[in-house]
Amino acid sequence: MTDVIHGHASSTGISNVKLGMWAFLGSECLLFGGLISTYMLYRGRVTGGPRPSQIFDIPFTSVSSFVLLMSSLTMVLAVSAAHKDDDRKINLWLTVTALLGATFVGGQVYEFTAFYKEGLGFSTSLFGSSFYTLTGFHGVHVTVGIIMLMSLVGILKRSSVPGKKAEVVEMIGLYWHFVDIVWIIIFTLVYLIPV
Amino acid sequence: MTTNTADTTHEKQHGMSDAGYIRIAIILAAITGLEVSTYYVDFGVLFLPALLIMMVIKFVMVVSYFMHLKFDNKMFSFLFYAGLVLAVGVYAAFLATFKFFIQ
Repeated sequence: MTDVIHGHASSTGISNVKLGMWAFLGSECLLFGGLISTYMLYRGRVTGGPRPSQIFDIPFTSVSSFVLLMSSLTMVLAVSAAHKDDDRKINLWLTVTALLGATFVGGQVYEFTAFYKEGLGFSTSLFGSSFYTLTGFHGVHVTVGIIMLMSLVGILKRSSVPGKKAEVVEMIGLYWHFVDIVWIIIFTLVYLIPV
Repeated sequence: MTTNTADTTHEKQHGMSDAGYIRIAIILAAITGLEVSTYYVDFGVLFLPALLIMMVIKFVMVVSYFMHLKFDNKMFSFLFYAGLVLAVGVYAAFLATFKFFIQ
């Protein structure tokens, strides 16, 4: 067991930045816990609108999920490259991660458009409202992650990263992996378990 | 030589090499394939438990290896899992409340 200490150490001897990020992710669990619980409660309330089984396209969403899962691999490879101080690989893996994330978000936009055309609007039913709120919030998180990744690529090209470079890449990595684990739960509970 | 030294340092800090991360990703992809197969193949009474177990395995693998929680300071694990347990506990109670009070 190795305790990794980066950046400015707190009184506990742990990096403040990393401590703050984990506390933030812990609080994000509560946010998504609320959204997932609300969906689970309302997923059967379709009131005349389409049912989940009528509109979900499992093969398409499976491919999207796979893409997001693989983006976690490219992200961890970027973190690994950052610890080795290999700038070329950091840029490569961060860019690939952002592209995979953009593919996922593009898929989500396509999916939302298809659902809307099939009659599921935001206010059509409690199922629609809770579904769009949950997956929409997740999509926004992925989009924020993509913005952070591309900003980091731009900043790294100018070599002006504030603080320790490896730690900055690692923090964005933690956020990105969190977005991935939330999707792991959403994919199972929302898409694969029938109502 | 320098790269090898950097590899070793990273492995010492995070307990994984790049090849190790790729192996984890392959396992995750295989589990995802199994999850999707439950949609097409009838697993009977095992359907729901199998799906939930696979979801938890994927979750723990990403958190432990990709987020390095397995190799990092225990304080981080406490912060994250405290939030997670609190979320699950509060919302289990929330869902149970709806169950009990609905006519």
